[in-house]
Order: sequence, then C-alpha cells, then structure tokens
Amino acid sequence: MLKVDNEFIEQLKVGKDFNASACLNCGSCTALCPLDIELLPRRLFRYVLMGAKKKVLENTNSIYSCMLCKMCEDNCPAEVHIVENVRSLRSYINRNVYRLEKDSPVKKSRSKINHANTYK
Amino acid sequence: MPIPINDTLGIFADNIRIRKSVLPIAERKVTDWTKGLKIPAGGDTILYTGQMYQLVPIINSMSHQMAKYENSWITKYFGIGRWLNRFINLSAFMAHSDPIEQAAYDGKLRNITLLLRSAGIEFGYLYEKDFYSGALAYDEGLDQAVETQANLVYQTLKSANVKRLITVDPHTTKMMRTVFPKIIPEFNIKVQSYLEVLADRKIKPLKQIDLDVTIHDSCIYARHEGMIEPPRLLLRQIGIRIQEAELSGKITQCCGGPLESLFPTKATNIAKKRIVELSDCAGEIVTMCPLCMANLKRVSPGRKITIRDISDYLVQSYCPTTSKNPGKGKKID
Repeated sequence: MLKVDNEFIEQLKVGKDFNASACLNCGSCTALCPLDIELLPRRLFRYVLMGAKKKVLENTNSIYSCMLCKMCEDNCPAEVHIVENVRSLRSYINRNVYRLEKDSPVKKSRSKINHANTYK
Repeated sequence: MPIPINDTLGIFADNIRIRKSVLPIAERKVTDWTKGLKIPAGGDTILYTGQMYQLVPIINSMSHQMAKYENSWITKYFGIGRWLNRFINLSAFMAHSDPIEQAAYDGKLRNITLLLRSAGIEFGYLYEKDFYSGALAYDEGLDQAVETQANLVYQTLKSANVKRLITVDPHTTKMMRTVFPKIIPEFNIKVQSYLEVLADRKIKPLKQIDLDVTIHDSCIYARHEGMIEPPRLLLRQIGIRIQEAELSGKITQCCGGPLESLFPTKATNIAKKRIVELSDCAGEIVTMCPLCMANLKRVSPGRKITIRDISDYLVQSYCPTTSKNPGKGKKID
C-alpha cells in the first residue's frame, strides 16, 4: 500500500522548476552512479512526484549518500536537475523531519535559495 | 548503528550559527600560512581560501574518529554531543591536527601565493576575516545556515571594498561564483580560481619538468564549474606529460570525499575504487582539491603511488627557486 501525500511537493518548495517529471526512466543515471544505488535518482524522483512521502523518507540514507558528483546529471538525456533536486530533498528533510534549523537566528519561513536554479 | 544524520548535521548547523564554520578552527590556524609572506591586508583583489586547505588536517582527524564511531555504541550519544556542542566546541576536543600535516597543507597556500606573484598579480588577504564559505552545509541542504554564512561573508567583503576574489579550491570557487549570487542577488564580486588566473595571465615557466602525471579532476571543477583545461595547460607548459585516466575531465570519477562525515566506510570504498583507476595510469597523481587529496591519500598507504597537489608542481617551474617573494605584482585585469 502506497500512501499519497498531496502536499508533499508543495512542502518541498521547489515549484515549477522541480523537473523530475522530465525523467524518461532510461536508467542512464543509475548505470553511471558510482555508488550503485538503484534508487538514485529516478525511482526516488518518481516517489516524490507521486507524493509518496513515506517511501521517500524510508530512503533517507540513500538521499544523504548521494555525492552530488553530477555524473548522472551531466549525462541525463532529459536534462533533469538531479543534483539540485537531491539537495532540495535534503533541505526538506532537514527542515521538516529533523527540525535542524528551528533555532536559527534567521527568522524566515522560506529559504531564499532557489533550489532548482542553484547550479550552472 | 550508523552515524546519526540528524545529530551530525545539527552539529554542523549549530557550528555555523555559533562559530561561523561547520568545523571551527582557531584563527591562528587559518592565518599561520601567511607568516613571512607579507601579504597586504585587504585590497580590491583578495586571495580567498575559505579555510579549506587549513581545515584538511582537522577533517582528517575527525574522519578518523567518525570511522571509529560508525556502527558503534557511541552513536547513541550523538544527541547529547549535539546539545553539549552548543556550549563548548566539541571538535576542539575530538579532532587534533598533526603539525606536520598542517604545515604541508599550509605550504600549498604559500605555493599559490608565490605563483600569483610570479604571474604579476597584486592581491591582498583578509586574515582573520577569511571565513569559511559554507560549502559542506550547502551540500547537506542546511539552507538557513548557508544563508547566514553567505550574508556574513558578503558583508565582510563589501565592507572591505573587495571587487575580485581569487579562490584556491573547487568547493569555495563554486560557492562564491555560483551559489552566493543565487542567495544574494546583489552579489557582484568577480570570482576566479587561481588556476584560471594563472592560465589567463599566460604565466611563463622558468624551467621544464620531465615527468608523467595522471590528473584526478575534481567533480566540482570539472562538472559543476566546467573548469578542465586550465590545470592541463599549466602542466603541459612546463613539460609535464599528462596521462588521462579512463574517467577524467568531464567524466571524472568522485573521490568519495563528500561522504566522509556521514558515511566514512562508503567514502573509503569509493576512494579505493578511484585510486585503482588512477594507479592504472603512469606517473604521479595530481589533485587540485584539498579534500580529494586527503581522501585519496587516506587509502594510498601500501600502494606505490605519489599524490601531490598541483601547486607543488607549478611552483617548481613558474617561481624562482631562491626567492620567496618575487616582487610586487600588478593589478589584475
């Protein structure tokens, strides 16, 4: 049973630039990943797009294992913003699951960092 | 039990908020490398280290500790460690840099200073205000901490009327050139790696070196920042023959460094895989990132290989051997 959380993508605050939906599911990323993690990134992004929040959070270790080396992204035929999307997931988990930044002196509800554009 | 991600990242975030770095080090350790170099304080053009080379000996010591903690009972107490760390800097107790190693990494910054002077570049340094850029916090998605740090760094640079930054490592280069302008829209400081500066200035070699080397490209330089040619040009100009590994340049393989703090075993496994690929080529291994060098060196004992920072080769050829201060430079274009 897969529970769908409709607000999940909204909570990620990645807006229209979050382009995991462009993924063709070709598997180039998985084949190139030096970590050989089958989940990264195509299956992970599919969970996100479906709103399968629980499934995403079950795979927290994989999300933080990504080295952001960009090998997958540079070779992605659909130009999915893989590195920034993974980083955005970490940001979401840090804020909403680990509550790491609640004591931060920066009293803002929303980060200025535009997740999907912070790379070349 | 694996290293607890939440508590470890919590310590990083707290450290940035309280102590301006994920891994705070004494001010003296940040600036020790400048002794005797007489680098002016401040100026239009600044050599900005972001503390990365200075941090490596501490990172090495900390990684060694984390590897011991991974899957041990100690991980249960990381939460207490995080609470304590808010009052006392735990890394000062947990990690101790080896003075010989510290001097070696400081030496790379001295090399870079001499190289820039040989290229005729006039630059200053911010000394105690040469702050950490927030690179690791950014990669781990600690956005509020990064914003706080970015604002601190930017205000410091603006107050010092800095117009150009020369960076020394890929992580700081990416932060200052690509990430900061997204966080601070008015960020208008030109950022270049010292390798790009030296290549642009067409620095002239003073002697040739007869050597084969294999380049380990940093993922950040090669793929995130698209910088592949400048280090090759600088090495080729001094007669060094470059052997390309199967995975190099745009398709370089990661050294595993980004996993050091949360997954030390995985980091070691990736580094071992990479060192085998690099060892298959002829010659010595050249790195251009202090973290790549540290991570690859960690798995090199017992292997007949030499790993050196690119500045070690460049300084031998582009700088006079007798002079530590080749004279006053000119303003960068």
